[in-house]
Amino acid sequence: MAFRAAVITFPGSNCDRDMAVAIEQVSGIAPHRVWHGDAELPEGLDFIALPGGFSYGDYLRSGAMAARSPIMQAVVRAAECGVAVLGVCNGFQVLTEAGLLPGALMRNAGIRFVCREVPLVVENNQSLFTAGYAADQRIVIPVAHHDGNYFADAATLDRIEGEGRVAFRYAEPVNGSARDIAGILNEAGNVLGMMPHPERMIEAAQGGIDGRALFEGAVRALVGA
Amino acid sequence: MKVRVNVTLKNGVLDPQGRAIQHALAGLGFGGVNDVRAGRLIELDLADDTSDAAIDEMCRKLLANMVIENYRIEKV
Repeated sequence: MAFRAAVITFPGSNCDRDMAVAIEQVSGIAPHRVWHGDAELPEGLDFIALPGGFSYGDYLRSGAMAARSPIMQAVVRAAECGVAVLGVCNGFQVLTEAGLLPGALMRNAGIRFVCREVPLVVENNQSLFTAGYAADQRIVIPVAHHDGNYFADAATLDRIEGEGRVAFRYAEPVNGSARDIAGILNEAGNVLGMMPHPERMIEAAQGGIDGRALFEGAVRALVGA
Repeated sequence: MKVRVNVTLKNGVLDPQGRAIQHALAGLGFGGVNDVRAGRLIELDLADDTSDAAIDEMCRKLLANMVIENYRIEKV
């Protein structure tokens, strides 16, 4: 069955093409490209990706303006109907600002922009996004962000940990994130936000393929290919 | 009607920018700077009949992120 995906582009997105290429390489089908000002998504989507970048120049707060753009209302409705939504880096910031994921991404604890490959641990390999990995598998994925310091109050952190909603954790300190959280799932498990960039580890020429299993797992889970 | 909205980080939320400013002040030789918290000031020019409830909603829906920030509305 065809994998119907869409990549949203906001003004200032800069990883949207990488995301589209990753989806096409893994699924064999080019995703729809959707502009932030569109009010509607294509029909029958299996997967929506919010890419990295600096939407609206990070004005006000990273992801704040994008979260209120016309297309995000459609993305929120789609997520509530169970469509898989992946937010990477700025996409993760947009998902928290839109209220689809708890918490917030704050300025890195060390103030500096962090741009390097980081080791991650796959904490939950039961989700549709992470089923392509082994439990507790260590993978290497690049990060490139200024605001990746995940914050939530202690009760929220306890709840998402208790519910197995931490998808990825940093294997070493990167940005001051609470409990080294690198990626989290929503309650239903169909929304994943993560700061590392899996779309940048799809083919060997990029230095590794540890991001590929995320897309392969999602395609398998969603269309059984 | 001019309205100022002061957005500040909630108590207990680490403020890396405030920390960096504190270190920079110490580096300039200013002693006794016990803590620095950086916030954001947003000035709005609103129609005179804008309700308090509407201003409050602007803050909660966009100007502040209620997960990490507080806001204070000041009419000037």
